[in-house]
Amino acid sequence: MAERVAGRDDIPVGEMRSFEVGGREVAVANADGTFYAFEDECTHQFCRLSEGDIEGDRVICACHGSEFDLETGDAVNPPATEPVETYSISVEGDDLLVDLG
Amino acid sequence: MTRILVVVGAGLCGGAAVQALRGEGFDGRIVMVGAEPHLPYERPPLSKEYLRGEQDRDALFLWPESAYSENDIEVRLETRVLALHPDGPAVELEGGERIDAEGVLLATGGRPPLLGGEPSDRVLTLRTVEDADRIRAALDGAGRLVVVGAGFIGAEVAASARGLGVEVTMLEMLDVPLVRAIGEEMGKVYAAIHRDHGVDLRTGESVKAVEEDSGGDVVVIGVGIEPNVDLARDAGLEVDDGVVVDGRCRTSAAGVFAAGDVARHDHPLFGPLRVEHYDNALKQGAAAARSMLGRDEVFDDPHWFWSDQYDVNLQVAGFASSWDRTVVRGSIEDLDFAVFFLRDGVLLSVLGVNRGKDVRRAMKLIAARARPDPGSLADQEVDLRTLVPAS
Repeated sequence: MAERVAGRDDIPVGEMRSFEVGGREVAVANADGTFYAFEDECTHQFCRLSEGDIEGDRVICACHGSEFDLETGDAVNPPATEPVETYSISVEGDDLLVDLG
Repeated sequence: MTRILVVVGAGLCGGAAVQALRGEGFDGRIVMVGAEPHLPYERPPLSKEYLRGEQDRDALFLWPESAYSENDIEVRLETRVLALHPDGPAVELEGGERIDAEGVLLATGGRPPLLGGEPSDRVLTLRTVEDADRIRAALDGAGRLVVVGAGFIGAEVAASARGLGVEVTMLEMLDVPLVRAIGEEMGKVYAAIHRDHGVDLRTGESVKAVEEDSGGDVVVIGVGIEPNVDLARDAGLEVDDGVVVDGRCRTSAAGVFAAGDVARHDHPLFGPLRVEHYDNALKQGAAAARSMLGRDEVFDDPHWFWSDQYDVNLQVAGFASSWDRTVVRGSIEDLDFAVFFLRDGVLLSVLGVNRGKDVRRAMKLIAARARPDPGSLADQEVDLRTLVPAS
């Protein structure tokens, strides 16, 4: 079931925020106006991805530089090799809704 | 005739190179020769998670076995290259095989010096996974660990040993550890972190000899590495604290390239520089591979590394052999800060303590040879991304 996490204007372009949804930490990223939601934990050493940065279509972990594809969650730059879980996110009106599926 | 490229060295740099060669579409033979009995694996955990028993050996491998078999990469492990013939070039393998190749990449890494000590179960260095296993076994019964050298490897081993409850004495030749790399003020912060965690850190101590006695002490010598330049030197290539290469990772011999720990690379931002870090091994290995394929690309990555000690994540980007100004952003006291090193107004390097995001953003400034306003660097309200000059 989709759950409202924030207003669409709450997360500026190039920024991320962390939310608790259904008992999980979920990062929401605004990459040039497109929103992405994924597990807020790097698969390498468990740092919060929301404390990293977005570059293009990737999120970069601030601890050790692992990079993940925002769309698929795939690890595209080491040291991480395992993907992060991604969640579906939608914009309805002024709201951002995350669905853990 | 089939084209052949040979990569000497099956560490991360060699691994990154062979993966990049195939990734870039090279369809000839690729041969990777390594002295160790393993496929390329990650060394950073050997002083940290792996040493503490928190990570399995299987998790050290960056690419699965299938990444080599499916990409048709010929892997020769536990095999030394006895000679490099620069004309051709060609390599001669242990066992007598000679491979004539279109290009040879030297990714031979380095070896840790023992400082005249005799290797034993209690006098150890750290480079390979077997080294890490030996240190771990020794620590389990150790009365005390003596670490020689307070550089990053030594300090990480010290921090891991403290985490395992082992008493640690760390000996450093300099009066302030890492003073040449990060300056006196930051070197003292670094020293304080170790002392706060119970390490008996003794500075200004030169080690004259390492001898085993009847006590239970274990010695780990962590004073950097000597680059494995033997093949290159014997082949008559230019060597100067590493195999000398230009910006494109080309050695003084046509068709022979070098990358990673062994390469003294002519960096467009920093000048000639040999870098002993993970990220460089991966990126420079891949860049050298592209250069072998004739891509006209100077390797200009600004360099970056991390070191985790206790609960401190330290990161450095860029390189500064000297600087005339430092700027602090954040709180040194709270171990939540970045320090910027500038010379003539140009940002050359950044050190972050629990500040990975600042370091990553500053890398863009370093790569752009930016002259950021020092007040803006210090002001935490200023987003460092806004300081990148328009290109």
